[in-house]
Amino acid sequence: MNKDRPFRRARAADAQKSEENHVVRLGADIKAKIGMQLRLIYDEIVDQGVPDRFVEVLKRLDDPVEDPVEEGTK
Amino acid sequence: MMGPRNEMREHMLEAVPSLRAFAISLCGNVDRADDLVQEALLRAWANLDSFQAGTNMSAWLFTILRNLFRSEYRKRRREIEDVDGSYAESLTSLPEQNSRLEISEFRRALKLLPPEQRESLILVGASGFSYEEAAQICGCAVGTIKSRVNRARSRLAEILSIDSTNDFGPDRETRAVANSDIVRSDRS
Repeated sequence: MNKDRPFRRARAADAQKSEENHVVRLGADIKAKIGMQLRLIYDEIVDQGVPDRFVEVLKRLDDPVEDPVEEGTK
Repeated sequence: MMGPRNEMREHMLEAVPSLRAFAISLCGNVDRADDLVQEALLRAWANLDSFQAGTNMSAWLFTILRNLFRSEYRKRRREIEDVDGSYAESLTSLPEQNSRLEISEFRRALKLLPPEQRESLILVGASGFSYEEAAQICGCAVGTIKSRVNRARSRLAEILSIDSTNDFGPDRETRAVANSDIVRSDRS
């Protein structure tokens, strides 16, 4: 059961070294995992569609009754 | 005259969901992000003349939003961080508790990245822009985007201690216990 100890120690040392140098070799699987998580939180928002607020904002754009648009946000 | 402007408005409307997603991942707060999107839309509308027909409307809008965020970020740096506040509250439809945990861990890790790395990774990895488009949006060289994306991925992998053999699943402590020699010798 202890046979794999030196191997694990070597791996731990490697991990330590890579952390010190801020060099991490990334396989395609890791990139894929990160990409998946990233799209999950991104698409969660995208799937909410267009809130009413923005429909109103864009509708008002054609109706230049009030102050000029640029100043309107101040 | 109504034609082209109406068309632009339609494009802007279509871009709102991804602009919101980008804005929220930039500033981590839904209310501020929505204000940012609204400001970007108004700014874009006021500067429609500077949009070159035939170029990427979406990239143009992202550029405006990103520049607004950058100038505001400098002004209000302290108010920006809201890792688990209204942003997390708005996310309610994730399927299981487990993935919800993974996601909040991932979101926290994302917040630890320098802003330049985070925005580059999001533009390329989530918004679906090419490296060239992302470089245009951020006003930097393509090589800069590539290296930022690489550094962002490395840093995320480090923070989340992902490696090829372990999944996102258990946190570091759980994994350390499961892998420790004590547990192993107890079993043998």
